[in-house]
Amino acid sequence: MTQSIIVQVGQCGNQVGCRFWDLALREHAHVNKKGIYDEALSNFFRNVDTRRSDGENSDITGGKIRSLKARAVLIDMEEGVVNEILQGPLRDVFDNTQLVTDVSGSGNNWAVGHRIYGPACQEQVVEKVRRAAEHCDSLQCFFLIHSMGGGTGSGLGSYVLRLLEDEFPEVYRIVTSVYPSAEDDVITSPYNSVLAMRELSERADCVLPVDNQSLVEIVNKIRYMSHQGKPGHVIKKDSTVISGQGGACGAEKPFDAMNNIVANLLLNLTSSARFDGSLNMDLNEIAMNLVPFPRLHYLVSSLTPLYTLADVSVPPRRLDQMFTDAFSRDHQLIRADPKHSLYLACALVVRGNVQVSDLRRNIERLKPSLPFVSWNQEGWKTSLCSVPPVGHTHSLLALANNTCVKPTFLELKDRFMKLYRKKAHLHHYLHVEGMEQGCFTEAISSLSSLIEEYSQLDATKRMLTPDVPRLTIAT
Amino acid sequence: MSVVTLNLGQCGNQVGQELLNVVSNDAFNAQKNCPGVQGKTYYACALDRFFREEQTGELAARAVLIDMEPKVINHAIATAAKSDMWKYGDGSYFCEKQGSGNNWAKGFCVHGPQHEEAVVELVRREVERCDRLAGILTMMSVAGGTGSGMGTYITQCLRDMYPHSFILNHLTWPYSTGEVIVQNYNSVLTLSHLYQLSDGMLVHENDTVHKICAQLMNIKHISFSDINKIIAHQLGSVLQPADVGGTQSDYSRNPVGDLMSSLACHAEYKLLSMSAIPHMSSSSLAYSSFTWPGLLKHLRQMLIANARMEEGIDWQVCVPPVRQGAERTREIKQLQFNTSLANLLILRGKDVSCADSGAFLHPGLYSSWLPPEAAFRTWSSLMPFNGYEKSATLISNSQSLLQPLNKMVGKAWNMFASRAYIHQYTRFGISEEDFLDSFTALEQVISSYTCL
Ligand SMILES: Nc1nc2c(ncn2[C@@H]2O[C@H](COP(=O)(O)OP(=O)(O)OP(=O)(O)O)[C@@H](O)[C@H]2O)c(=O)[nH]1
Ligand SMILES: Nc1nc2c(ncn2[C@@H]2O[C@H](COP(=O)(O)OP(=O)(O)OP(=O)(O)O)[C@@H](O)[C@H]2O)c(=O)[nH]1
Ligand SMILES: [Mg+2]
Ligand SMILES: [Mg+2]
Repeated sequence: MTQSIIVQVGQCGNQVGCRFWDLALREHAHVNKKGIYDEALSNFFRNVDTRRSDGENSDITGGKIRSLKARAVLIDMEEGVVNEILQGPLRDVFDNTQLVTDVSGSGNNWAVGHRIYGPACQEQVVEKVRRAAEHCDSLQCFFLIHSMGGGTGSGLGSYVLRLLEDEFPEVYRIVTSVYPSAEDDVITSPYNSVLAMRELSERADCVLPVDNQSLVEIVNKIRYMSHQGKPGHVIKKDSTVISGQGGACGAEKPFDAMNNIVANLLLNLTSSARFDGSLNMDLNEIAMNLVPFPRLHYLVSSLTPLYTLADVSVPPRRLDQMFTDAFSRDHQLIRADPKHSLYLACALVVRGNVQVSDLRRNIERLKPSLPFVSWNQEGWKTSLCSVPPVGHTHSLLALANNTCVKPTFLELKDRFMKLYRKKAHLHHYLHVEGMEQGCFTEAISSLSSLIEEYSQLDATKRMLTPDVPRLTIAT
Repeated sequence: MSVVTLNLGQCGNQVGQELLNVVSNDAFNAQKNCPGVQGKTYYACALDRFFREEQTGELAARAVLIDMEPKVINHAIATAAKSDMWKYGDGSYFCEKQGSGNNWAKGFCVHGPQHEEAVVELVRREVERCDRLAGILTMMSVAGGTGSGMGTYITQCLRDMYPHSFILNHLTWPYSTGEVIVQNYNSVLTLSHLYQLSDGMLVHENDTVHKICAQLMNIKHISFSDINKIIAHQLGSVLQPADVGGTQSDYSRNPVGDLMSSLACHAEYKLLSMSAIPHMSSSSLAYSSFTWPGLLKHLRQMLIANARMEEGIDWQVCVPPVRQGAERTREIKQLQFNTSLANLLILRGKDVSCADSGAFLHPGLYSSWLPPEAAFRTWSSLMPFNGYEKSATLISNSQSLLQPLNKMVGKAWNMFASRAYIHQYTRFGISEEDFLDSFTALEQVISSYTCL
């Protein structure tokens, strides 16, 4: 069995991370009734004997659960959020050896996070990550969680990404990035996002972009549906998708509902690495199958069911609806319309009581309505995990490498240019040593060329592409 | 003589286990149902092929299990141990913690060289435990990373180590869609490399076997285990003891060597396909009876019309009159007639001596450059196989894999033209040149089979 480490950076990264740990614990508690430390748990958790007096907690393999410790490194340049976590209900799964903090924050400035805190924290970050890695016997993947809009998550987060690449070149790097909405209260968020994106394009194996506007819309729609309260349409109270209820954390904080959605994305993505199934998708198969060109590794994700509610018995019609919904606009975690753009590849990560024949039937049914790039007409990767999310009988995570990410990037570019033309707030960045205007121009041209790559693929959509002439053999 | 099987990757290990189940069950049943000398000889010969007796009296498979992740192997070892019939040899496996992630290059360039020594040592140990080695049978899928990439690398090592032994590769070809997006690349790389190394490649296509499960076995929710049972049945029907021409005592002959000498007679033609008849769920089997003329008539039509299953055979296709040169080739295309280079027919069961396979000797079935007597062989055994009173299996070196191969290469080539996914391979040391070489090699194979 392999292990993964979560590196959560900045306020957003830590808050989303927290929701992930809470729900992960709850999911394992639901499945693992005997309290035995099993392979599934070992993916994200260590089992340690805390009674040892020498301070160094030693790992216990197998046997009863003693004390679970998250395989995580928590990084923030202010203390508020991390302290709250350490005093909250999850305090037992973290300890001081997993933290890297400072006091003043990056002030929504990528340059402060990347150029000042990056080098300053480098040694500490590497040491803590290495320590977490030493507790793994086969470390497979880092999950970096951060926001693109602030200073620490975007600046230091992308710096940490580089450290991971340098120190652990063999370990996969999957990044969950929360993109700011258009009305974001951080004025400099377009700068921060574009500067961070350049790093993500170069150094991540996969990026799962999520945008706050979509999360807000999803949460609102769920609230609306659950308050309608039609008989037979009740959202089950214990469904992890929509609420944190039943978890260790009591009262809900403002971002919690939104962060639950992101946490569920990660839970589903890693389900096959944690639990058994008849068709496993290992984490190292994700990039291999979904990333045809190195920079085009942005995967649009959608979760279902979100609004159709957790019934106990599932007529096949309802099951098919789950597959249909995964391709609709209002289930995507960024504002995007995959059906009207071009698919480069698509993965379906299914959990629960679903058969291979259900998968095949639905792919056959949906394929005609989904445009795929000419050289990957059969670009489907599927996985089946037998354990469904808590409170559901089945679930689906669709990961699409699709040109529908382009509008999000174009919009970001526009917002960046609006500020940049006026040189607004630029001096805050240029103050920082080593930060030159060149960094901005390089970042924006990196984004432009990424957009251009998607455009070129998009352009092939309407062309009739005949088969490429084959090699001829002299006979 | 004994066969050492080498199971690689998830598919190889799962199919390999099913094969051992089928041959051991069949051997035990033969002894039970046919108490005389005949049953005993069959039983002893079958077991000696695939198993050895340990000091404790337990039967251990002459098999080596290889995967880069532990799940599948752990499961295989545990279920075999529970079977009460046989087990895997102690320590006859090698696994690591992380698979090759569907990347042929990772299997071939990284895992292969890294673990060569350990794996080759396990095979050597098993080979040395055979009184007489018939050959090495490797089993793997061509679509993943470990079986295909590492399997190819290990085949290469074994070729160097045993230059004079037979190496037969059993390959599972992928479903056309839904599992591994880069499967056509992995397949092209595997097949092109193995073509240089292998003595023969015995192919099962998942799509075809799936259809057999659905239409002939009437299985609703088809699992890999169902598919593997069919594959194992067909493989077992070939590898179990049979009279290869001559007297019954020929049981001790070399099954792998005899198979190769009958079928793989030319370095450019190494692709072997299989079909068997009948396939039927055990519940319907009880109410059916078969005659040899009926079975052979169907099987022959399956051969010439290129159907892998007795349902939906095109009875319109017939053997064209023997003509010369280009004219003949054109006619073949129109008629969808499947030309053979060589065929091996294996008959098992009651009254097998009455079975007349003369219709397979029609010269029109074969390429013009081999006389039918050289191109066609029959093996037989009086023992009913695997619960079927009568059964017939045909292994064919013919054009029947041409179409799936051509599709596979075509799809990979389309992808390659955009250079999609190539960076995933160059990372580990497989270059664009290597791809081009592989494409060239397979276009050559396609062209050779087309002109048959
Ligand atoms: N979805 C979600 N978004 C958040 C959360 N917290 C902050 N954000 C968003 O993240 C962006 C601000 O980044 P933060 O993560 O707060 O900033 P930081 O990384 O801590 O950096 P500094 O505070 O500048 O040091 C804005 O776009 C917020 O809307 C959260 O818990 N969930
Ligand atoms: N017939 C059959 N095919 C299988 C089985 N398991 C996997 N496959 C096929 O094998 C291909 C995938 O290759 P695997 O054998 O799973 O891969 P692997 O060799 O373990 O390599 P990696 O997992 O990539 O390291 C697909 O085409 C599957 O359809 C099985 O038990 N039976
Ligand atoms: Mg902050
Ligand atoms: Mg595998």
